[in-house]
Amino acid sequence: MSSSPGQSLSTASTQGPVSARVETPFQRFAAAFLEDRVAVAGLALLAFIILLSLIAPWITPQNPYDLTRVDLLDSRMPPGSQTMEGFTAWLGTDGVGRDLYSGILYGLRISLVVGVVSGLIAATLGMSIGLISAYVGGKLDTFIMRLVDLQLSLPSILVALILVAALGKGVDKIIIALIVVQWAYYARTVRGTALVERNKEYVDAARALGLSKSRIIFRHILPNCLAPVIVVLTVQTAHAISLEATLSFLGVGLPQTEPSLGVLIANGFQYMLSDRYWISFFPGVALLLTIVAINLVGDRIRDVLNPRLEK
Amino acid sequence: MSTESIISMQGISKRFTTPVDLAGRLANLLGANYQPQTVHAVSDVNLAVTPGEVVGLVGESGCGKSTLGRMVAGIYEPTEGKISYQGKDMRLMTQTEARQASLSVQMIFQDPMSSLNPRMRVIDIVSEAPVYHGIIESAERGDYVATILKKVGLDPVFMQRYPHQFSGGQRARIGIARALAVNPKFLVCDESVAALDVSIQAQVLNLFMLLRQELNLTYLFISHDLGVVRHLSDRVVIMYLGCVVETAPAAELFDAPNHPYSQALLENVPTLKLRHKRFSSIKGEIPSPMNPPTGCHFHPRCPKAGPRCSVEQPVLRPISTGRQSACHLNDGGVG
Amino acid sequence: MGNVLEVSNLATYFETRAGTVKAVDGVSFAVGRGEVLGLVGESGSGKSVTGCAIMGLVDPPGRIVSGSIKLGGKELVGLDDQGMRAIRGKEISMIFQDPMMTLNPVLRIDTQMIEAIDAHEKTSKKAALARAQQALEKVGIPAAADRLKAYPHQFSGGMRQRVAIAIALLNNPSLIIADEPTTALDVTIQSQILAKMQELCADSGTALIWITHDLTVVAGLAHRVAVMYAGRLVETGFVDDVLDHPLHPYTRGLLRSLPSEGIPGQPLEQIPGMTPSLGRLPPGCAFAPRCRNATEICHRSSPEGTVFPNQRLARCHHPLDSVAQPVGLTER
Repeated sequence: MSSSPGQSLSTASTQGPVSARVETPFQRFAAAFLEDRVAVAGLALLAFIILLSLIAPWITPQNPYDLTRVDLLDSRMPPGSQTMEGFTAWLGTDGVGRDLYSGILYGLRISLVVGVVSGLIAATLGMSIGLISAYVGGKLDTFIMRLVDLQLSLPSILVALILVAALGKGVDKIIIALIVVQWAYYARTVRGTALVERNKEYVDAARALGLSKSRIIFRHILPNCLAPVIVVLTVQTAHAISLEATLSFLGVGLPQTEPSLGVLIANGFQYMLSDRYWISFFPGVALLLTIVAINLVGDRIRDVLNPRLEK
Repeated sequence: MSTESIISMQGISKRFTTPVDLAGRLANLLGANYQPQTVHAVSDVNLAVTPGEVVGLVGESGCGKSTLGRMVAGIYEPTEGKISYQGKDMRLMTQTEARQASLSVQMIFQDPMSSLNPRMRVIDIVSEAPVYHGIIESAERGDYVATILKKVGLDPVFMQRYPHQFSGGQRARIGIARALAVNPKFLVCDESVAALDVSIQAQVLNLFMLLRQELNLTYLFISHDLGVVRHLSDRVVIMYLGCVVETAPAAELFDAPNHPYSQALLENVPTLKLRHKRFSSIKGEIPSPMNPPTGCHFHPRCPKAGPRCSVEQPVLRPISTGRQSACHLNDGGVG
Repeated sequence: MGNVLEVSNLATYFETRAGTVKAVDGVSFAVGRGEVLGLVGESGSGKSVTGCAIMGLVDPPGRIVSGSIKLGGKELVGLDDQGMRAIRGKEISMIFQDPMMTLNPVLRIDTQMIEAIDAHEKTSKKAALARAQQALEKVGIPAAADRLKAYPHQFSGGMRQRVAIAIALLNNPSLIIADEPTTALDVTIQSQILAKMQELCADSGTALIWITHDLTVVAGLAHRVAVMYAGRLVETGFVDDVLDHPLHPYTRGLLRSLPSEGIPGQPLEQIPGMTPSLGRLPPGCAFAPRCRNATEICHRSSPEGTVFPNQRLARCHHPLDSVAQPVGLTER
C-alpha cells in the first residue's frame, strides 16, 4: 500500500525547518561569538574604551587642545597633584602642562577615528578591486595581483613615511597614507574568497536564471565574502592605530596641537628613565589596552567564521 | 503533441584548456616543453530530447555528463557544435528569444549546501529571478513564492527563513522551487538526489514525477545511480569519457545492454536480490579525460576488445528501433 | 569460539550549547571471526559515531556515557590513552570515506606505512618496507615497489582507498571498521574494492564492520546487518532474514523506498517526514511520528529490544512479522 504523493508531501511540510524561529546568519554568529569568555571580556573592554572616548568632553576636566586652558606652570607634575587650573591631574601632566587623563581620552578619539575610518575606506576600496579581479580573471587579475604583491612587499612604515612626508601633517593626510598601506590586504583576501564562491553552485544557479554579471558579483558573491573582510578589518584597525602612533612618535604624524596617543608617548619619551615615567607610561598603557581589546575581538571573530572549525 | 525535439544537441564538444602561463612560456624559451593541458570533457555528442520525455544520463567520473548538462542549461558554452531549442539554433536567436529559451531550461543542482545562497532568505532566493525578468511584480512576491513552495511540499510560513535552518531534503525542494519560479519547460537534474538520504530521496523523486505530470515538464536526469535512473527514465543514455556509448529505452537497456561498458556497469551494480555476491569487476582505472586512450576510449578495459578497437573510434549506430550503440562488435567485428 | 567484538548498551552523548545530543543510545551487537556486519543507517543515525566510539576516537564534547565494548574479551571503555593507542592500528583498524583522512599528503606512501608498522612493532626498516610492499600487492596495486615511493596525490581516488586498506591490514588486525569507504567511488571502482575486501577478509579471518547507508552493498557483502535510527539500534539479524522479512517498520520502509524496488513510472513508497533532530527526540519511540503502525504506546514509551529466533532482534512495540514468535526481552 503506497501513500499518495499529495498526502505524503503535506506531512513532509508540516515539519518545518529544523529551527523554529527566524535565525539570521548574524544571530548565529553572535551566539557563537559570545561563547568564549575571554572574547566577551575583550569586547566589553573595547566597548568601554569607545564609550570613554565618545563622552570625553563631559568627563575630562580639561580640553587639552585648547591652548588657553593649558598652563606651562603645570608641566611635569606627578599623578594626583593639583594643577594651577584648579583640578586634580589623576594621571599627571606632560611636558607642556596638559592633563594626561584628558589627553589620553582625546587622543583615543583621534586614534580610533583614524584607525576605523582608514580601515573602512581601505576595505571598501580593496574589496571592490578584489571582487572585480576575481570575477573578470585573466590578464586584469594578474596585473592587479602583481600590484598587490608590490604593495605588500614594501614595509608599511616606509610607505607611510614617504606619503606623509609628501602630503604633510594632519589627520586627513594620515588617513590617506593608511588607506594606501592597507587596501592590498583586503584586495587579496577578497579575491581569494571570491574565487572560491564563484565556483559554488548557487552562482551557477544565478547564471542559469539569467541574472546579470554585476548583479551576481554584488548581490551574491559579495555578501559571502564579507566574513574574512571583517576579520581583516579588526586586525587592520589595530595595526592602523599602532602605525599612526608610530608615525606620530617619529614626529611625522599628527601635530603637537592635536595630540594622538602616539604624540603623547613621543613627548614623554625623554623622561622615561627619569622619575617622570608617567608622561609616556599612561598613554602607552592606553594604547596597549586598545590594541589588545581589538585583537581579542578579531581573533574570536576569525575563529567563529572559520569554516573548518564549524561542527 | 509535436514530435519535434525540445532540445537538440548536434556535434557538441567541450574542451577545457589551461594555457601555458607566463612562467611556463619563459621556461619553454629555455628549452622546456610545457604543453597546454586540455581536458576533453565532452566529445562529439548528439542528443535529442522530445517534449515530455525523461532522459536518464548515466556514467562514472570523467564521462562528461555534468558538463553536458551544464551546456544544456546554458552555464557553459560548447566549444563546438550547436544546441537547438524547439528547433531553433540558440546562437542564431535574437536576444529576447535567447533569454526566453535560457529561462525555459533550468537546472537542479546536487549539493543542497552550496546550491543556495546562505545569505538570502528563501523568499528572496525563489523570487529574485521572476522579479528581475519581469515575470511578476515585486509586490506579488509573497503570494507567488507561497504558491510555488506549496507545490514542492514546503510550508509557505517558512519563507522568511535562511537556508541553514532547513534540512538537506528541504533545501533540495527550495532549489526546485527556485527553478520552477521562472516557468521552465525543461529541467536538467544534475545528481539532484545523490546527496540525500534514501528515505528523503524517495520523497524528492516522487516530487519530480508529480511535477512532470502537473506541469508537463521534460527532464534530463543526470545520475550515477542506475536504480534511480531505471525508475524515472523513459530513455537512458550512457556516457564514458566524453562520448555517448549507448542509448536505449530504459526497460530494453536494463534487460539487454549491448555495449560492453553498459554490460559491465550493470553487472557491477549491487542490488538487494544478490546476496553474498562474489563481486567481480572490470579491470583497470577510469582513464583521465586529459589523456583519453586512442580509438575506442573503453578498449583498455574491455573484455571483448580486439585490434581494431585501439585504432578506430566506433561510431554511434542504430542497432534496432530506438537503440544506438557505439561498438565495433555491432559493425563488422573487432578483428 | 568467542566473538571478536561485543558491544553492549553503548551510549555516546554530546554536550552542546543546544542541549545533550544522544548520538548513540543503547546499541548492542557482536561480530565473530571472519564475519562481516553491515551497520546501516541514514545521516544522523549514529552509525559513524558508533564506529568512532569503538576506536576510542570520540572527542569532547562527546563521550561514552555508559555501556561496554569488549574486544576479544578485553574491555575498551575506560581504557587509558596508552592502552587505546596500542590497540588502534594493531587490533582494530579503521578505513574512512575519504582516504585523505588516513593518508598524509606531504609524506610518501612508504614513510607512512613504515610509521604504521613502527608504532606497534620493532622491526628493521628493510623488513618493514618488505611488509609494506607485500600489503600493496595484496590490495592489487600494480608495480608496488615503485608506487611505494609515490605521494598520495599521485594516486587516483580508488587507488588511494586501496592504500588506506593496505595500511589497515598491515598489522593483521582482528577487526576492521570501514566507514562508508566506497560511497564516494564510482560503481566499477566500488565493485573492485568490495571484491578485494571480500577476498582479504576471507583469507585472513578478519572481522569487518561495514558502515554504510547503502542496503544493496550490505546485501552483497555482509553476513549480518544492524539497522540504526536516531541513535538506536532498531533491528539486527542475518542479512537474508532482515532484507526478506524485516521486523521493524523503518527497515521495511527503507527497503521499499529504494528505487530498484519500485515499479518504473509509479510513485515510490516513501517514509513521510524527516529524521528527528538528535537533540530533540520525541518521547517514546523515535520512529513513531513517521510510522504508519504507531499506536498510543509507541508515542509514550520507548520500546525494548525483543529477541526473535535465529539471532534476530527488533526494537518495536509492534514488530512486523507476526509469524516469528518472540523468544524474550533483552535487558535494557
